[in-house]
Amino acid sequence: MAADSLLPAISRFHLDPPLLTAVLILCAMGLLVLYSAGGQQMGVVIGQGVKMAAGLGIMVGMAQIPPAQFRRWAPWSYAIGVALLGLVMLHGTGRGAQRWLDLGVIRFQPSELMKIAVPMMVCWYLSNAGMAPGFRCTLVTLGIVMIPAALIAEQPDLGTATLVAASGLSVLFLAGVNWRLLGVGTIVTAAGAPVLWYYMHEYQRQRLLTLLDPENDPLGSGYHIIQSMIAVGSGGLYGKGWLNGTQSHLEFLPERSTDFIFAVLCEEFGLMGVLLLLSVYLFVILRGFTIALAARESFVRLFAGSLTITLFIYILVNMGMVVGQLPVVGIPLPFISYGGTSLVTLLASFGILMSIHTHKRLLSN
Amino acid sequence: MGVSLLLVIGRLIKLQVFEHDRYKTLSQENRLKIVPVAPARGLIYSHEGVLLADNRPTFSLEIVPERTHDLPKVMRELRELMTIGDDDLKTFYRSVRKKRRFEGVPLVSNVGEEDVARFVVDRHRFPGVAIVARLSRYYPRGAQLAHVVGYMGRIDEAETKQLDTSNYSATTHIGKTGVEKSYEAMLHGRVGYQEVEVNAEGRVIRVLKRVPSEPGRDLHLSIDTRLQRAALQELGAKRGAVLAADPRTGAVLALVSNPVHDPNVFVGGIGIDEYKALRDSPDRPLFNRALQGMYPPGSTIKPFVALAGLDSGLRTPATASWCPGWFSLAGQRHKYRCWKKTGHGHVDLGRAVAQSCDVYFYRLAHDLGIERLHAYLSRFNFGQPTGIDLPSEASGLLPSPAWKRKSRRLTWYPGETLITGIGQGFVLATPLQLVTATAMLANGGRRVTPRVVSHTVDRRAQTSTPVEDPAKAEAPFIRAADRLQIVQSMERVVHGSDGTARTVGLDAPFRFAGKTGTSQVFRIKQGQVINNKNVPEHLRDHALFIAFAPVEAPVIVLAIVVEHGGSGSEAAAPIARRLLDQYLSADTTEMRQVGGG
Repeated sequence: MAADSLLPAISRFHLDPPLLTAVLILCAMGLLVLYSAGGQQMGVVIGQGVKMAAGLGIMVGMAQIPPAQFRRWAPWSYAIGVALLGLVMLHGTGRGAQRWLDLGVIRFQPSELMKIAVPMMVCWYLSNAGMAPGFRCTLVTLGIVMIPAALIAEQPDLGTATLVAASGLSVLFLAGVNWRLLGVGTIVTAAGAPVLWYYMHEYQRQRLLTLLDPENDPLGSGYHIIQSMIAVGSGGLYGKGWLNGTQSHLEFLPERSTDFIFAVLCEEFGLMGVLLLLSVYLFVILRGFTIALAARESFVRLFAGSLTITLFIYILVNMGMVVGQLPVVGIPLPFISYGGTSLVTLLASFGILMSIHTHKRLLSN
Repeated sequence: MGVSLLLVIGRLIKLQVFEHDRYKTLSQENRLKIVPVAPARGLIYSHEGVLLADNRPTFSLEIVPERTHDLPKVMRELRELMTIGDDDLKTFYRSVRKKRRFEGVPLVSNVGEEDVARFVVDRHRFPGVAIVARLSRYYPRGAQLAHVVGYMGRIDEAETKQLDTSNYSATTHIGKTGVEKSYEAMLHGRVGYQEVEVNAEGRVIRVLKRVPSEPGRDLHLSIDTRLQRAALQELGAKRGAVLAADPRTGAVLALVSNPVHDPNVFVGGIGIDEYKALRDSPDRPLFNRALQGMYPPGSTIKPFVALAGLDSGLRTPATASWCPGWFSLAGQRHKYRCWKKTGHGHVDLGRAVAQSCDVYFYRLAHDLGIERLHAYLSRFNFGQPTGIDLPSEASGLLPSPAWKRKSRRLTWYPGETLITGIGQGFVLATPLQLVTATAMLANGGRRVTPRVVSHTVDRRAQTSTPVEDPAKAEAPFIRAADRLQIVQSMERVVHGSDGTARTVGLDAPFRFAGKTGTSQVFRIKQGQVINNKNVPEHLRDHALFIAFAPVEAPVIVLAIVVEHGGSGSEAAAPIARRLLDQYLSADTTEMRQVGGG
């Protein structure tokens, strides 16, 4: 790539200029929407900017680590992650759900770590076991994924559990899934659904029911979805304009700077704004797949692919929730939603992608 | 993956493009709210300009139960913060059951300033709870005019059905009695509204459009508070009613029903126990005796019966009757007694009225017959509502054979005609009817409709509109010569040496006319002799008196009823003299110009 040679510093730091550019654009868009959603408070924007800077630092740091290291760390980080999840169950803190581990200096959410550790572990296992996993391999993979997913679901954090599970299982697809097994799996999952229902918390059941019929309880659990859909729909093609969203500024919209920030974007920038954001996302995803396809070794190839798919799932789940297609689960919109934890994880995975891409080329060169 | 992305994009296009109009409307509805603005209620003034009904800002604590998360918990915390009575809670939960969704329900209707301050500091803890400032009614004169001005209370279900709900959308209280009720439409005014932008909590962010409300009209009463107060003081602890009116216009100068009650207790919502005590009191302070109290008029009806005699040509002023102390119908043994056992001897019209000879009127009533008596007395509004501008007026009772057939399924007996002629038996009149009939006699025989409101004022336009008397234009129905005879006989009641109330006319600086009445509460058996002083109070006679002054050109008529007061000359007539003295003393007459009433 031409950009590389023009920017020797960037290539020396193992950064991928297209990805970096896209990430910076996304961050800028995020701050712009956040300023409006957060009630025009500069403090909120600066705070988020600081978190972004820290995340970018971590991204750069991760990019310096050669992919071989990740492979070596995979089983350990997975084991430590599961252990920490166990610890959270016993000593966790947090409002309503136990998700945090108080380490004195910082509070730490082990489930975030698992968003990377689980796909990494699956990639490690499948790359060792050989591609096109058979029945036994699939079963082991399911085990690797389901243990942390179940622990996270128990916190309860169904959203993150689903994401962790999805990112782990995505590796199976990339590795070449056995379609017969997939069929069996689908049937088993369908049969297991009532059992899952039984284990769900009341509010989780309510969210599912609400999704099916939000008008049923327009002031209770359906309120958020309805208000969100009003925000999206009233934005129209071109939006109401920046800082002019009535749904968000008059506080009809729930969680408007975090999980539902996409609705603010839809309301103020309309379908055009959404398509702009989606095109940047798509660019990032295509770039991620390009990196995966260019990788030679099966572990890094799978890892890059699964990280990209995870990002994709993030985006889809959040948008689906905001437009009323998916149940309300606490999934932030990458780079746009307020909050540091998932941002840091996200940028770390981008660092890994960059590491995979740049180290491979260094080797090949 | 690609498919699910397309699904999301498809959904976005559906919401933002195809259903955009619908969601745009929904978001507008979310954001914009039409908030009605209650008009300021018209004020009420007395004749001399004393403020009788005022609007005062008060704070009420209102709760929208749907917006609170845990109502019992909110209640507990509110009660820790401020004073909330058990009665308030009871009333609150009762109205919560009846209200519409998302409608605020008042918990405390008059929150003290300290409690307001305490709540405002902690407001964030109580979503769905708010302090609402509004104007509420205050009656500075309290009980003194309770039966005229009336009082306001919360709009009840029955009233809601009859109201123009849009005009009353911001109004919580409505006139329940008195002029507050009869002039409700004028006092209320026209509702205004604001188009406001609200947030999800319903708090107003900014006002986009404002259509001001139109305040109600002010009422100026014809009531003279000095006369009103004096009349109330005269009755003292006695139950009864005093009515004073200007015979020329029908303007009511005083309207007293004793005992009285404080109208202010109703405005903020009266407690159940407090209300029961008022309602069930044997003195019945809520009962408006002036309009609703029906009393046998007794001898006060005699001047009108005498007029009927003259009008019919059956009597001349000189026609004399022989009174031996009793009267009986041909072929009957029953003796209808005169109040004077020894009899009056020869009695002409003048003496019959002055001395209130019963026998003269037994005979006259007999000669007239009940039909003619009924027809003539009807002209003075006996047996029908006077049409005063106050609610709940009773129509009294002027009996006739048709009435008796219909209501009692009995035939009319000739003896009943006799006792009707002296204002006993079936006949019942309200003090208001007595004063109205007397006014028609005083003004030369013109019909008048009593009025307590003289004019209404549009405060902003500075225009005043008089309240018209619908009967004003009618011609007199009494011949002047007949009237003169009756007025002279009534003058003799107070000024003559033989008048039943001669003591009250002594040394009067003006000439006035009057008629005493003493009406029996229970029937005296044949041959029984009763000394009224030995009878338990609730069985004693009612004392009545009607009067007007000055006789040459009457400006005031009075009707006084003292329940179980004994004789009219002793219990009621002296009150009349003192009120006339006060009213006719120079300084007040000057202020009261002709027709200005």
